[in-house]
Amino acid sequence: MRQTCIITSFCAVRDNKLILDGKLLYESATGDFTDFASRLYKHSGISYPKFHKMDNLCKLGFITSEFLLKDKELSGRYAGVETGIILMNSSSSLDTDRNHQNTISDRNEYFPSPSVFVYTLPNVVIGEICIRHKIYGEGNFFISEKFNSLFVFDYVSQLFNNNLVECCITGWVEINGSNYRSVLYLIEKTGKTESGIANFEPAEIEKIYNRK
Amino acid sequence: MEQLVQKLKEEIITALNLSEMKPENIDEKAPLFVDGLGLDSIDALELTVLLEKKYGLKIKTSEEGKKVLFSVNSMAEFIRENNRG
Amino acid sequence: MRDVYLSADNIITPLGFTTEENAGNMLEGRSGIRQVEDNELSPAPFHASMLDKKILYEKFSSFEDPGKYTRFEQLAICSIKDAISGTDLDLSGSRTIFILSTTKGNIDLLEADPGDERLFLWNTARILGRYFNFKNEPLVISDACISGIQAVITGVRLIKAGLYDHAVINGTDIISEFIVSGFNSFKSLSNGPCRPFDKTRDGLSLGEGSGTIILTVDHDTSGKCRIIAGDGYSTNDANHISGPSRTAEGLFLAISRVMKRSPSAIEFISAHGTATPYNDEMESIAITRAGLQDVPVNSFKGYWGHTLGAAGVIESIMGKYSMRNGILFNSKGFSEAGVSNPLNIISSPERREINNCLKIASGFGGCNAAILYQKK
Repeated sequence: MRQTCIITSFCAVRDNKLILDGKLLYESATGDFTDFASRLYKHSGISYPKFHKMDNLCKLGFITSEFLLKDKELSGRYAGVETGIILMNSSSSLDTDRNHQNTISDRNEYFPSPSVFVYTLPNVVIGEICIRHKIYGEGNFFISEKFNSLFVFDYVSQLFNNNLVECCITGWVEINGSNYRSVLYLIEKTGKTESGIANFEPAEIEKIYNRK
Repeated sequence: MEQLVQKLKEEIITALNLSEMKPENIDEKAPLFVDGLGLDSIDALELTVLLEKKYGLKIKTSEEGKKVLFSVNSMAEFIRENNRG
Repeated sequence: MRDVYLSADNIITPLGFTTEENAGNMLEGRSGIRQVEDNELSPAPFHASMLDKKILYEKFSSFEDPGKYTRFEQLAICSIKDAISGTDLDLSGSRTIFILSTTKGNIDLLEADPGDERLFLWNTARILGRYFNFKNEPLVISDACISGIQAVITGVRLIKAGLYDHAVINGTDIISEFIVSGFNSFKSLSNGPCRPFDKTRDGLSLGEGSGTIILTVDHDTSGKCRIIAGDGYSTNDANHISGPSRTAEGLFLAISRVMKRSPSAIEFISAHGTATPYNDEMESIAITRAGLQDVPVNSFKGYWGHTLGAAGVIESIMGKYSMRNGILFNSKGFSEAGVSNPLNIISSPERREINNCLKIASGFGGCNAAILYQKK
């Protein structure tokens, strides 16, 4: 049964900017990502000390989802198992993989660290968001060279069509050195929410992804 | 011993990414693995890495680990006993 | 809605280069797990199921120039090639999707060159896809230890959605210093071959391997029994990024969803059974909460070690083998139950007709997955 869905909201983080539903919410003049992430965390006003333990990929995904879900009252409207998180990127966890490699490259300074290694899997971003928002539903992490709006539409649509999710957080969370970009979409069924940015369809997904 | 305890607190904050904490917030007598600091199993492993990296000391069994990592004081005691403090 | 059938398959591990060879060695009680002493991989010896580098190299060289492909790629190509040779399905067109399941791909290249293009998993998948002239851009799933099951679930869903008619699923992971050091830092490696669900279990044994399964809407016309890949589900514990939920919340949910959609009683469970104290305990809780504590269950990890991205695929294939041949493999490494909820762990191989197989897994990030394979 084909289910029509809408993009309720979207949040993008890149070039030291945080954009929610097309509006610039926060901008930082200088600084690398670690510094920017720290500022975003402060700006969010949340108290979540675990944030500082995360690697950059998880910080990016976590903070983007934090702003995406703020005031959306997801847990009030959906059971935890009804929400899915489908993410993708190009570099997997390569950014953190290099950090882990650095802890083992020199046999005289061989100190592999569990708090680094645990982040050498991209799907841990999903885990961090799930822990924060008590989300128990479908989760998957795809690796592709570029963001593919048609694939996002096809894959997420069939989750809704088959009643596997009632709500879905999906999008791109990518970081590799100083290059980073996240675009997360909140997708809900038409009729389940009053507001909405656009219909959930490939052209709209693509338009939002490409917004400057 | 005081100096070692202070140094350890700073090292623990760095190793465990407890960015929102200051050394004076950590009670050296208090159990480390209680709700207060929110330490978990990964943190416990990281502390054993800390002992090895900074003090060249290896924890041999998980029982020994539980005793040594009980508090900052017990960690300092372990280091002092092995004459690395 | 159309059914999705399991067509040809392949498993490559130290126990063989085909599914049949692996099964034969497993029935003889053999395991691929050995003590490995290799300073390049680890300063201390460890137990793992590792492929003989020379044998793989020779096998690959018999049909292709090994200089053009990495060890990971050679392994995956050998597996996909053998699986494809076992079917006459036309996989060349736009109705076929290739899905790669892997946690780290060519991660052994990282030390020499952190900027190596082959470190990108989509690039590895593309290289494999091009080798076999698959028309569509491959999909890559990297979901920790549930990747393999997720790849099958995804293939089933996309075929049922009418987007494709066939899916070639490959799951591959190799052992590297990167991986060994990481698991060592978690103190989660076993001393000796792993002992899933056993009282004395003390950790996992790593393994490397590759598995390929072809999914299709076309009936298997070979006369053998037809097995379908049913609906599968993934969930999250929402508890901790490396430790499983103490109440097995996520895995129990995934199993429940499968059971709700399936009319028949579960007859066999292929558990994740990594042999870490926490995982096996959690699984015993999930299985018991689902009311499946009397269902014959095993872990294949005692034969192959934990093959990470390959695990979900090769273990599913052996579940299919069990159904096809009416054989249940014992849970190698197990002798005395060591989980709080008693399970019906298969302790010696037995001949038994089974009509379905529930495959489950859990992984870092709190993820869980379950899928039911059923005779049609």
